[in-house]
Amino acid sequence: MPMLIRTTSDVAPSQITPKSVYLRRRAFLERAIAMGLVLPLLPAQALAVGARKLSGRPGPFSASEKQTPYKDVTTYNNFYEFGTGKDEPAIYAPKMKTRPWAVTVDGEVKRGGVFGIEDLLKLAPMQDRVYRHRCVEAWSMVIPWVGYPLAELIKRVEPTGRAKYVAFTTKLDPETMVGTRLPLLDWPYVEGLRLDEAMHPLTLLTFGLYGELLPNQNGAPVRVVVPWKYGFKSAKSIVRVTFTEQQPKTAWNEAAPNEYGFYSNVNPNVDHPRWSQARERRIGEDGFFTPKRKTLMFNGYANQVAELYAGMDLKKFF
Amino acid sequence: MWQPRGRELGAIKSALFALCLVPFAHLVWGVAYDALGANPVEAVTHSTGWWTLFLLCATLGVTPLRRATGANWLLKLRRMLGLYAFFYAALHFLTYIWLDQWFDLAAIAADVLKRPYITVGFTAFLLLIPLAATSTDAMQRRLGRSWQRVHRFIYLIAVFGVLHFWWLVKRDVTEPALFALVLAGLLGARLYWLLRRLARVTRAAVATSSG
Ligand code: HEM
Repeated sequence: MPMLIRTTSDVAPSQITPKSVYLRRRAFLERAIAMGLVLPLLPAQALAVGARKLSGRPGPFSASEKQTPYKDVTTYNNFYEFGTGKDEPAIYAPKMKTRPWAVTVDGEVKRGGVFGIEDLLKLAPMQDRVYRHRCVEAWSMVIPWVGYPLAELIKRVEPTGRAKYVAFTTKLDPETMVGTRLPLLDWPYVEGLRLDEAMHPLTLLTFGLYGELLPNQNGAPVRVVVPWKYGFKSAKSIVRVTFTEQQPKTAWNEAAPNEYGFYSNVNPNVDHPRWSQARERRIGEDGFFTPKRKTLMFNGYANQVAELYAGMDLKKFF
Repeated sequence: MWQPRGRELGAIKSALFALCLVPFAHLVWGVAYDALGANPVEAVTHSTGWWTLFLLCATLGVTPLRRATGANWLLKLRRMLGLYAFFYAALHFLTYIWLDQWFDLAAIAADVLKRPYITVGFTAFLLLIPLAATSTDAMQRRLGRSWQRVHRFIYLIAVFGVLHFWWLVKRDVTEPALFALVLAGLLGARLYWLLRRLARVTRAAVATSSG
């Protein structure tokens, strides 16, 4: 784990983990040891201990709800590249290399090209944004992300008049991404948005959470967060951003078109064919004996985004 | 073939009884110490569902194992395995109607009617109830030959259990496929015996009529 073997001179003051985070981790580790769980979790912890600080200025749209504990946010993940178990990404993802990292921007843009991760980190001022996160599996979290609007990047690359959609491609590395050795989805993972959705000020190009760089299992080193859509729309570990005229073929939509629509806006009135979307369980907060809470239209962001879908039949374009 | 005597069989039964309680104990401990991960209700649903299906398969495995090894005493463990399958199914169902749905009868009814995986799971659970209720010696004696006919429903219940699992996974069918394979073997053994018996009966009939 290279991040651990670091001489003192490598550590800038800004990189030292804040004490509260450190204590939180220590409490977790102690509990994990008590539970005999520490071995499978060790790689994730080892990396998290070396995580670098990333903070931003307070941004708009932040939810004031109780934030989901760091431990839950970083150990309960759907990231099928690292396996279908929700505990697997935290176990396997730390092996993925996130430096060097480049993101290719291509398709219908005038100023496309390859962006190094260090350049992307400096492209616009970082903001702290606390968003609700609603998974298609009817659970939810509240996560303090760090990033800046995707629109900042889009404006700089100047989409052509033909650009109507944006596709995000996730890294594909069968060496470390053990899940991609199975034909679970049509790898690499591709997700997409309509251009106006991608330009919306809520759509965040995200580099961190809880004041530090993203842990790998949460989509390091760069992902999008689209808080009014089900979680799988928010592509992780992005290596390519392609502007297209046609609606891109997206992973879950291709895998089961009747279950996962291209839009996949959070909508309590449109059930997944196999389960209801009317309610959700807030991870880390709705305890064992708490009923699930009602899911909000557009995950509670209706005031911001409803107009994007004016006149559309959301039952048809689910 | 070794056959355990009274005390030995008692010890084996006690050990199996305790062994089958381990998943339950793990859940109770996990709830008490908040050690079931970020989504404990999901963990309990999955664990109880998994053990129901596992124990259904174990129950169905007794007869093939007995016939293959000649260890007839294995039959004496079958009822316990079956009742444990029912125990975990009941916990599974309780988790669903209570912790998942909070007794929202309208939502439960909608689920049972609209969602095929719930429909088959629910049917499987309903079918298990009469089997558990007629599992006593007294019932077995009272029902006589029809007892066996009633208890053959376990084949259907296990098939529904696998279908339920298959239909509920999002994408990764590895585990339901493994269960399907095991179940196919267990049911295939019955089919093989049936065909062999039919062949023998036919041969015997041919022999008598021509002799
Ligand atoms: C004999 C009857 C049943 C068997 C064998 C069975 C088996 C299973 C199995 C194996 C799983 C998946 C466990 C895993 O992922 O590891 C499961 C999940 C589940 N079962 Fe059952 N089940 C039965 C009855 C029921 C009933 C009656 C209901 C509710 C009415 C139900 C509701 C569920 C739910 C909600 C899940 C979780 C689904 C999800 O994760 O999306 N099951 N069951």
